[in-house]
Order: sequence, then C-alpha cells, then structure tokens
Amino acid sequence: MVAGVEAYAVRGAGSRNTGRRRWRRRQRRLSETAVHTLLAAAAASSLVFLMSMILVIFQQAAPAVIAIGPAELILGKDWYPTSDPPSFGALPLLAASAAVTVGAITIAVPLGLLSALFISQILPSRARSIIKPAVELLAGLPSVVYGLFGMGLIAPLTMRVFRLPTGLTAFTASIVLGIMALPTVAAVAEDAFSSVPRAYKEASLALGATMWETISKVLVPAAAPGVVAAVLLGVGRAMGETMAVLMVAGGAAVIPRSMFQPARPITATIAAEMGETPVGSLHYHSLFALAAMLFIMTAAFNFAAEVLARRLRTQIGGDAR
Amino acid sequence: MTATTIKHRKRTQTVMLAVMAASLIITLGFLVALLTFIGARGLPVVSFEFITQMPRRAMTTGGIMPAILGTLYLVIGSGSISTLLGVATAVYLAEYAHNGTIVRLIRIGIDNLAGVPSVVFGLFGLAVFVKLLGFGVSILSGSLTLAIVVLPTVIRSAEEAIRSAPQSYREASLALGATKWQTVRYAVLPSAVPGILTGCILAVARAAGETAPIMLTAATFFTTRLPSSIFDEAQALAYHIFALVTEGTRPEAQAPIAYGAAFVLLALVVGLNAAAIALRARYEKS
Repeated sequence: MVAGVEAYAVRGAGSRNTGRRRWRRRQRRLSETAVHTLLAAAAASSLVFLMSMILVIFQQAAPAVIAIGPAELILGKDWYPTSDPPSFGALPLLAASAAVTVGAITIAVPLGLLSALFISQILPSRARSIIKPAVELLAGLPSVVYGLFGMGLIAPLTMRVFRLPTGLTAFTASIVLGIMALPTVAAVAEDAFSSVPRAYKEASLALGATMWETISKVLVPAAAPGVVAAVLLGVGRAMGETMAVLMVAGGAAVIPRSMFQPARPITATIAAEMGETPVGSLHYHSLFALAAMLFIMTAAFNFAAEVLARRLRTQIGGDAR
Repeated sequence: MTATTIKHRKRTQTVMLAVMAASLIITLGFLVALLTFIGARGLPVVSFEFITQMPRRAMTTGGIMPAILGTLYLVIGSGSISTLLGVATAVYLAEYAHNGTIVRLIRIGIDNLAGVPSVVFGLFGLAVFVKLLGFGVSILSGSLTLAIVVLPTVIRSAEEAIRSAPQSYREASLALGATKWQTVRYAVLPSAVPGILTGCILAVARAAGETAPIMLTAATFFTTRLPSSIFDEAQALAYHIFALVTEGTRPEAQAPIAYGAAFVLLALVVGLNAAAIALRARYEKS
C-alpha cells in the first residue's frame, strides 16, 4: 500500500520532470533555431547591402554609357558636361587620376617599403610596439584634414619653391596622396616581411651574409607577392582618394601637360559636380559611369592584391616560424 | 675573400641601414608635421565658446557646436547600424555558416568593397537612400551610407576576433552539454569582445572623418537651427572644414574656424584610435 503510493509519487514526479525537461528542451531548440535564423538574416542583409551597392552603381551608369557610347566616354578629350551641346569625354579626368596616382606611388612605395623593412627587421620589439601604431595612425587620419594640410602648407610651399601662379597642382596632389598612401604600403609590406619564417633569416645570417644582404637577397624575394600586394593597395588608395584631391589638385578638366598644372581626377569630378546636377539628367548618369570606372579599377587592384597576399600565405604557410 | 670586399659589404650594409632609418624618420616626420601644423593653427582658435556656440554672421564667426553635434549623430547612427549588422554577420560567418555559395558571395563582396573609394558609396547613398527610398538629405541617409562604408571592415575584424577564440573553449562548452548558441554566447564571444570592440572603435573613427559619403547624403553648410529628427539634414565636422575653405565667402575669417574644426576632429579621431590601440595592446598581452 505504502510502497504503491511511494512508487506512484516517484513515477508522478518523474513524469512531471520528464514533461518539464521535454518542454525545456523544446524551448531550447526553438531559441536555437531563432538565433540561427536571426544571424543568417543579418548575414543575408549584409550581402544584400553590399551587392546592391554594385548593382545600383552600374544600373545608374548604364543610361550614360548607352547615350554617350563607351568609346567616347573613355577616350573623348573634352569634359564639358554643362555646355550646350554637352561633351562627356573622360580622358582628361582619367589622365589626371593616372598622373596623381603615379606621382603618389613614386613617393609612397620607396618610403613605405624601406620603413616596413626597418620596422619589421631592425627595430627591437619594444620600439616596434610604439612605431607601428604611429604609422597606423597616419592611415587613420581623416582625408579632409590631409586636404587642409595640403592647402595650408604644401600648396603655398610648392608655389614658392617652383614659382608657380598657383600651388594647387597635380604635383601638390601627388605629395598629399603619397603621404596618405604611404601607411597603407608600409602596413601591408610589414605584414609580408614579418610572415617570412625566421629560419630563412637565421640561415642566411649563419652563412655569413650581412643584415642588408639577408634582407635584399632572402627576405624581399621570399615576401615578393606581399610586396606587390602592398604596392597595388597603395595604388588603389591613391586612386580612390577624394577629398584631399578635391581640395589641392586645382580642378581644371583638361589633360594635364605637366605635373605643375591644375588637374581634375575622377574622384574630384564626381564630388564636385554631383551636388549641382539634376537627378536623372545625362550628366547625373555620366557621373555614375565615372564611379563605375573607378569601381572597376580599384576593385581590380584590390583583387590582384588579395590573390597575391593569399599566394604568399600558401607559399610560406606550413613552414616553421 | 679579400679585405676590400668585406669592407665594401660592410659599407653597403651601413649605407642601406641609414637609408631605411631615414625613410622611417621621414614617414613619422609627416605625421608629426601634420599634427603640429593643425595643432599650431587650430589650438589657438579652440575655446569653450568655440565648442559650445552656434556659428554667427553667415559662418564667419562664432562656434561649431552644430557641426560637432551632427558628427556625433552620424557616428552614433552609423556605428550602431554597422556594429549590429557587422557583428551578427561575423558570428554567422565564423560559427554557423558552412562554406557554401552564400558565404563565398559575402566574402567576395567584403573583399571587393573594402577598398572601394568612399565617394562611390556616396553616390550609392544618394541614389538609394536620398532618392529611391525618399529619406532626403538627412541624418538617416548619411548614417546608412556611412554604415555601408565601414561594414566590410567591421565584418572582417569581428570575424577574425571570433575565429581566434581557442577551439578548446568551444569543445569544453559543447562537452558540458551547452547548445550551439550557449557556446557562442558564453564561451566564444567573451574572449572575442576586445578584438570586436577594437574593430568597431576604428570603424567609428573612420566614419567620423569621412566626408565624401556624407556630402551628398547628409551634410549641409549653412544652417540656423539644429536638426530635430533623423530626417533633417545636419552640419558635420568633416564637411564643415571642407566647405569653409572651398565655399566660404570670406576666407580670412573662415580659415581659422576651419583649422579649429580640424583640430577638434583630429582630437576625436586620434582619441578613438588611441583607445583602440590601448585596448588591443591589453588584449594581446593577456
């Protein structure tokens, strides 16, 4: 009798427990699914955001490409979007972009690579932990502040040193862009040099090579893909920079005959003209076409850099550090 | 090997070391020159009144309070959107996703968009948020545009931080009977928080300084009143600096204000960067 009651009680309690446990388990499973769905939704909307960005730029560029024709758009020598009849030849803008980018790279690449070598190979680790963030800070400063620095200091200097009518020239823009691209080149190259296994360096030094011979004959060849990636990313950075160029390049939409003339790169053109263009006009769409060109060029440079950096990783990866 | 070749090799070594050191000194010299230049011109302008007062007499005198406020609104707006979306995406990519088509597409998108010039994002924001969705030139449009500019960076750094959490944490948690989400929430994320936070702070610093994306979507130069809702346009520090030196009517009166505003913006950006660096240093030590 008593035993039966006990057994019943135990069974009862047991079944209540199982019920609650099952309920809890179901709830847990439900919340697991909910979280999973939420996270997947977030990832999906990130994807939608990023992909629609590409779609919209090309979709808005299409009317201009169709109306003007791709050949005229890229090779046309006159950019007079507001005259009557308007003319949309982007060659002067492309030439200006190329000129300031090449100028910037001639400054940024030697300084950036040599700085990266010094930081990664020569500096003791305590000094490195101070210097590296300082170089990163140079990359993090707002471009409008660089523009102000260029307008306030470098442009007047250029004007005085080269006796020019104006300091706002392609040359000035190259210097400012060079300073801005420098930390990008240095940071990526520094990563590449640091990823070369220690054993390479030690073996070379043990064979009697000097530090510089080790760097130039072992380290740089081993890190070559990463070095190229650093240069490409520097090019991408210089080409896409907008505000600083808008402020210091001078803004004349003609093919620059010399580095000491005002120029108007693609980015500056978009930023300067978009505010005054009626939405939906040919001029409006032609600015999207410029943005699409810019997108294709920077994406190509970034993609190539990414591929090279990955190659460096697989080349060296797996070796003893 | 003769003594002269050894001497020659040693001399090359010395010269090249000096060249490398000089390069680094020039690089750091640029940083020092820029900070000193803006500091020397900007610091004398900055005062309590400069930071807290409205501009007066058509932006030729007075303070820059509306621009500071506008930058804060844009930074808070874009920061919260990009952090929520970016970190959730990163958790999904690092912990949940199998390497399928969608994940590959997101990776391609992130890789390609991280280096796209910010002015291109500005055009996108103009076409979609300002025109298509009808938000107009507003804090909302600007915040959304800035959020997309920094989204790839946030996703990348957060994913890296989550992936670097030790695998043994996940295994221990799962072995104790925790579910997937419990494992992520209580074992993985706590150890990834400093890394995630560093990435988010750097993203906010970048958003605060970006000009091209907001000049078409959110920013205005002349205002007499403060924005009252997210559908209002606003002044912003970065755009204000640009407008003062390029569109100003009286350069001699407006240039000092631009330098003062640049000093305030630099203080904000350098402060945020320093916080991120300090955070990362502490995290790497432990």
